[in-house]
Amino acid sequence: MYAFDYHRPSSVRQAANMLKSNGEAKLLAGGQTLIPTLKQRLAAPEVLIDLNGVEGLDVIELKGRTLHVGAMARHADVANSEVVKEAIPALAALAEGIGDPHVRHCGTIGGSVANNDPAADYPAALLALGATIHTNERKIGADEFFTGMFETALEDGEIITKITFPVPRRAAYSKFPNPASRYALVGVFVSKRGSEIRVAVTGAGADGVFRLPGFEDALSKRFAAKSLDGLTVDADDLNGDIHASAEYRAHLIGVMAKRAVAAA
Amino acid sequence: MPTVAMTVNAKSVSGEVETRTLLVEFVRDQLRLTGTHVGCDTSQCGACVVHVDGRAVKSCTMLAVQCDGASVTTIEGLAANGELHPMQAAFREHHGLQCGFCTPGMIMSAVDIVNRLGVPSEETIREELEGNICRCTGYHNIVKAIGAGARVMNGGT
Repeated sequence: MYAFDYHRPSSVRQAANMLKSNGEAKLLAGGQTLIPTLKQRLAAPEVLIDLNGVEGLDVIELKGRTLHVGAMARHADVANSEVVKEAIPALAALAEGIGDPHVRHCGTIGGSVANNDPAADYPAALLALGATIHTNERKIGADEFFTGMFETALEDGEIITKITFPVPRRAAYSKFPNPASRYALVGVFVSKRGSEIRVAVTGAGADGVFRLPGFEDALSKRFAAKSLDGLTVDADDLNGDIHASAEYRAHLIGVMAKRAVAAA
Repeated sequence: MPTVAMTVNAKSVSGEVETRTLLVEFVRDQLRLTGTHVGCDTSQCGACVVHVDGRAVKSCTMLAVQCDGASVTTIEGLAANGELHPMQAAFREHHGLQCGFCTPGMIMSAVDIVNRLGVPSEETIREELEGNICRCTGYHNIVKAIGAGARVMNGGT
């Protein structure tokens, strides 16, 4: 690891000021991606701003038909939250499947979303559930937020404070994990809320998480796995690597989507 | 260099660290508590698992400065009054190890599993060991030991 200065602010406002006055600063949330990245010297921020001293960023609550999850809520907190299990059980199940127990004790939803790893689980949930990302400055819809691999709509100095999810009528996430890393080789999240159907895919896209309008249209006629029979995904826009070819991922998307619909 | 102060195995400790010093480096190199091992150093193997404020974490993936004010338990903090912790005793009884390198992390994870889940099924134990790698045993006796340790920790025999 290269050397850096370390700050532990106690409020979001203080953290934002530090972020603005330090050009090469990075926010530290759960650290489960950032610290390994620093150890490999793949990043060299001059300043780390640790959000773990900011109180109140990990609150999980249901307000009306909207689930609020604080940015610093750990994966284990989301997985075990009675509120989440009641409102959106698919989201709790997704959190339970991230990494391993030790990672889930540290990793946060805000960190995962801000990093937008193309194989991370949470981006699929946010996109498929039509979530809203709240920052210290504004609200961003999930459709506008994920802009490419490891890229988001976040501006310099912006800090995610919470994510809000409208509660769906039906939802499920189905993932084919890489057996070693547990990251999604392909993960498909489906949701139905009123007449709106959303299908989001992680792990496969060359530009990160994406929606499948063709699948959504088919499911809006009838929300059943059978509705997806015969639908295919073009492998040209997908990732191929040592773990799976683009063609294999295209095939897996169909399989995972059907499983998710069946489970929803 | 920043000074960190924390409680490790119920004792107050402090020391000067670099901001980039990992918790496992502080524990091993400064506190000389070398029971916590560094296996992969890439957040995968779980040999470095300790408890921070009651939760099992990988101490190779946490900065020492982050733990300022925290309460940390390492494998050295489990035995009390010269008696092995029930989970340590179960690992010995069921021979839940061969070379022993992964054992401190396995036992710290095992205690965390029992703290959270009580007496889990064999299937749950295997799932919960996702983040702990053993290259000798094939896990069978580790799983057996954790089941036995869990029963004793929950008042059984």
